[in-house]
Amino acid sequence: MTGYSGVWVYAEHRNGVISKNTLEILGKGRELADKLCVELSAVLFGCNVSSSANVLTIYGADKVYVTDDEKLRNYKTRTYARLMTELILKHKPEIVLFTASTTGRDLAPRVAARLRTGLTANCIDLDIGDFEDKETGRRYEKILYQIVPAFGGNVVATIVTPFNRPQMATVRPGVFPPPEKIFRKGEIVLFKPEAIDVDEEVEVLEVNRSQEESSLENAKIVVGGGLGVGGPEGFKLLKELADSLGGCVGVTRPVTDAGWMPYDSMIGESGRTIRPDLYIACGISGALHHMIGVRGSRKIVAINNDPKAPIFEAADYIVIGDLFQIVPKLTEKVKKYVGAL
Amino acid sequence: MKGVINMHIIVLIKQVPDSREYVRIREDGTLDRERVRAVINDCDKNALEAALQLKEKFGSKITVVSMGPPKAEDALKEALAMGADEAILISDRRLRGSDTLATSYVLYKAIERLGHYDLIICGIESSDGGTAQVGPELAEFLGIPQATFVDEFKVIGGYVEAKRLVEGGYEKLRIKMPVLLTIMKNANNPRVTTFSGILKAVKKQVVTWTIDDVGAEEKKVGLAGSPTKIMKVEKLSFQRKRLMIEGETADEVVDNLLKRLVEDGVIRGGY
Ligand SMILES: Cc1cc2nc3c(=O)[nH]c(=O)nc-3n(C[C@H](O)[C@H](O)[C@H](O)COP(=O)(O)OP(=O)(O)OC[C@H]3O[C@@H](n4cnc5c(N)ncnc54)[C@H](O)[C@@H]3O)c2cc1C
Ligand SMILES: Cc1cc2nc3c(=O)[nH]c(=O)nc-3n(C[C@H](O)[C@H](O)[C@H](O)COP(=O)(O)OP(=O)(O)OC[C@H]3O[C@@H](n4cnc5c(N)ncnc54)[C@H](O)[C@@H]3O)c2cc1C
Repeated sequence: MTGYSGVWVYAEHRNGVISKNTLEILGKGRELADKLCVELSAVLFGCNVSSSANVLTIYGADKVYVTDDEKLRNYKTRTYARLMTELILKHKPEIVLFTASTTGRDLAPRVAARLRTGLTANCIDLDIGDFEDKETGRRYEKILYQIVPAFGGNVVATIVTPFNRPQMATVRPGVFPPPEKIFRKGEIVLFKPEAIDVDEEVEVLEVNRSQEESSLENAKIVVGGGLGVGGPEGFKLLKELADSLGGCVGVTRPVTDAGWMPYDSMIGESGRTIRPDLYIACGISGALHHMIGVRGSRKIVAINNDPKAPIFEAADYIVIGDLFQIVPKLTEKVKKYVGAL
Repeated sequence: MKGVINMHIIVLIKQVPDSREYVRIREDGTLDRERVRAVINDCDKNALEAALQLKEKFGSKITVVSMGPPKAEDALKEALAMGADEAILISDRRLRGSDTLATSYVLYKAIERLGHYDLIICGIESSDGGTAQVGPELAEFLGIPQATFVDEFKVIGGYVEAKRLVEGGYEKLRIKMPVLLTIMKNANNPRVTTFSGILKAVKKQVVTWTIDDVGAEEKKVGLAGSPTKIMKVEKLSFQRKRLMIEGETADEVVDNLLKRLVEDGVIRGGY
């Protein structure tokens, strides 16, 4: 375990454009690295990506390991996993972070299993702290706290990987704010393995990533609707409110299960994570599954006719009442007084 | 007959607590599964359905494998009733507290013991642990390729052509078998168990293996063999203002709310 030092972030990109979620964990990675007094490094694989490396230093990396090769043009699980493992074994970071995207969740477990180390999935927060082994009474200092939502009640679990290195985690997209540019004077390190061990058993036939990103994640104001909205008709009221505020509508899972609203408008554990200035939750009970997706909102308003609704525990402003009365009134007044934003 | 492939398909099934019921977490961070109704993990049914459709087309043998407590036998019996041919349960007290690395190691040892296979199908993620890591970690132990988040696939010759969902679209891969796939919930509609299926399954046995039977090393399984540890479980604190917006009428309530929001600077306006 000794000799492992530094925090790493695996950088995802689309045609060289670093993903927003990578920058989010880079921001958190900077914070962790500062707490540990170690370097923050990013790892960038691909073809014609070298010129993007400086973006990662601008957002806080001390070092960027780059492998730029024609053989890495398309993401292939095993090609990338072998390369990543080789790099980790060579430089021995103590922490390696991935975004919990479809790529990160495909790649990270492969790498973790190769290294026979632990991997914590879908973290909503990370921190550094001590861990006491109850069996031996020994204390381990400066361990990575990996915080994940646990099911069956409004609880979160702190998971640690005290005895293996590196400590690895995937991080839910959207849980950390986008970082500030800090223009770090970073070092770009080209990593050229003797041979890139390409997975010949897999052929990438087609890659289509043309669908637009949902506007939900970027909206400043989101009006959320749950089962209390009652059906597609009710969602028209929510849409009007959202429109009057220049925002979007998001929903709970049962709402998409019922087919009232499209799947990609779902917020929470199984859906999107948003961090708008304002979240107005209408007819939503406040299950943790949903609330972890809105935790980063600056202000939360909850409108619910049940005074005991759990969502009131997690709201800034509590409105006890019938949404069918409150929401149209709100729309009317917003149109009148608030005007265009 | 030419063109007919006789495949051996392994389907991985996890028994999970019914997500509509409450689960208790023990002091040591493990789950108290005793008191809740247990069901087959949702998308594992889709994994089995995909295998059953291949069997109908190509005439395959389907082995369902699960690691879990003795009562996970019920999940495997249900899989047999749906049409699986053989069922293996790896059950051993020493497995308690296994994380994904330990779990995939045990599943790897069990699959090695099963011998030849062409295809392994898992669900994307369980509804309890929900890491989506067991599939890829198992594929790594076995040294075979994988395709995760698959919502459509077909078998052509010795290859699988799979469509996997990615942010903003999809990828299509052609992969040499044997391969491990993790299947999405929307990939198909799992069949319901029929009475004749249940009758046929009565004759089939669930075979139970211990870690010694599969040749897994004790120090690599259970709590001791798991690199990740649950340190603590606590209530998520939201730290919000929780201010009640008062008012005699809906009008007043809305006025008071808008005033606050303007003060906070999250909306602009004439309040
Ligand atoms: C593995 C798993 C993953 C999940 N992932 C997600 C996820 O990603 N996102 C998600 O949202 N859920 C998810 N869920 C479901 C989650 O546990 C809750 O069941 C769900 O969030 C509840 O949705 P709801 O608040 O719309 O409905 P309910 O819990 O039924 O709440 C409806 C609320 O509306 C109120 N109401 C009714 N009528 C009115 C009215 N006229 N005016 C005002 N209020 C009214 C009621 O008082 C009630 O509080 C998941 C569940 C599981 C098991
Ligand atoms: C709150 C909580 C958080 C956890 N977080 C982590 C974590 O971050 N990292 C970690 O390593 N462990 C974690 N665990 C432990 C993890 O749940 C167990 O290792 C579990 O045995 C398998 O993982 P999973 O449920 O996440 O399965 P997933 O990887 O989500 O399951 C994917 C698929 O693999 C197959 N599969 C999974 N388990 C079995 C099985 N027992 N038998 C047969 N097939 C199976 C199924 O086809 C399933 O659909 C956590 C547990 C809890 C309670």
